[in-house]
Amino acid sequence: MFDGRDPIYLQIADQIRTEILSGALGAEEQVMSTTQYATTYRINPATAARAFSELVDEGTLYKRRGVGMFVAPDARDRLLAQRRDRFFADVVDPVAAEARMLGIPVADVVARLRSQADHPGKDGENR
Amino acid sequence: MSIGVEVRDLTVAYGRTVAVDHAGPTIQPGTICGLLGRNGSGKTTLLSVLAAFRRGRSGTVLVDGEDPWENQRVMAQVCLIRESGDPASDVELRDTVGLLEQLRPTFDRAFAERLLETLELDPGRTPAKLSRGKKSAFGVVVGLATRAPLTLLDEVHLGMDAPSRYAFYDTLIADYAAHPRTVVISSHLIDEVQRILEHVIILDRGRVLLDEDAETLRSRGVSVTGPTDAVDAFIDGRRVLSRRHLGRTSQVTVYGELEPAGAAAAHTAGLELGGVDLQDLFVDLTSKEAAR
Repeated sequence: MFDGRDPIYLQIADQIRTEILSGALGAEEQVMSTTQYATTYRINPATAARAFSELVDEGTLYKRRGVGMFVAPDARDRLLAQRRDRFFADVVDPVAAEARMLGIPVADVVARLRSQADHPGKDGENR
Repeated sequence: MSIGVEVRDLTVAYGRTVAVDHAGPTIQPGTICGLLGRNGSGKTTLLSVLAAFRRGRSGTVLVDGEDPWENQRVMAQVCLIRESGDPASDVELRDTVGLLEQLRPTFDRAFAERLLETLELDPGRTPAKLSRGKKSAFGVVVGLATRAPLTLLDEVHLGMDAPSRYAFYDTLIADYAAHPRTVVISSHLIDEVQRILEHVIILDRGRVLLDEDAETLRSRGVSVTGPTDAVDAFIDGRRVLSRRHLGRTSQVTVYGELEPAGAAAAHTAGLELGGVDLQDLFVDLTSKEAAR
């Protein structure tokens, strides 16, 4: 966990966004505290706090003073809209490039997408 | 309660051997700072000066804004643990804990006793009867339970086994979150401590090689992999730390800020960019062969 070139706090923020998107974290649900997060993943508490403050700034989480941090009611909808915007550039375009390099006809890719859509695998989240 | 450290142009010498050479690191209050360096790079000497165990030949050292040398107010706030923490070797651990409670206003005895249990230390033993790892573990107990506003841990986990080290990291994070203070950890186990650190100072032959936010440092190391020609074109004008060749493919580690345009250019040229972990970066930056 926490590899790659992105700063750890961005990776943490992304992980929480993904949990909200997948429904693992529901609206108005309390998220782990900075300290819990830091001890669980053995990271500096300041790094965890930075991730949370980013999520609060963008409106994904909100603070209840003295209680903790919670998922904003509209967090999932807003994250979904953002991810949909990025979906083609981030996901589809690299697939097209890889298929071209491997000489896989676009029709085969489309057929695969159709069959997955009809019989979703384990990750049937993308409607 | 946490205090900061400011060092300017510090030189410390043992006879003709210069251990710290015009170094000027700064430690922000309330951070966990890693002091990294190879053997003999001056880590212990620097920490000893901060704790007023020794004095520099020249330069300025300010701990909480004052010279720590024979400074009672500052010394009451500083705790340096060198490996096993220098306890009296023929005194039972529980008596040392009792003594520290008398001497150190911030010492938390109940916390110390919990830690003794966590690290499986028998309070009735004396340090003389402890193994290397257990001696170190007692140093950890003293260092953490003292809760000094400036806690200096010099290779405290030396000889401790992996489960004890992880118990130390977990306790440190939780206790630091509950009682914020300035912590400096010197360590060779960079891989294990890197994510705990907010700031990193790398010493090399007595000089400060790097004094950087840990996240910034991590983002500055980039591994570039791809066809040798493309890699060579990309690294032109960048600081190269290491190179590896595999047939017509090269992998090069560069150090420096990678602007988005540079990343995009690399992508277009068919190069793969990857992260470099702190340990690899450290080895590359401090190895004798490092291209400078």
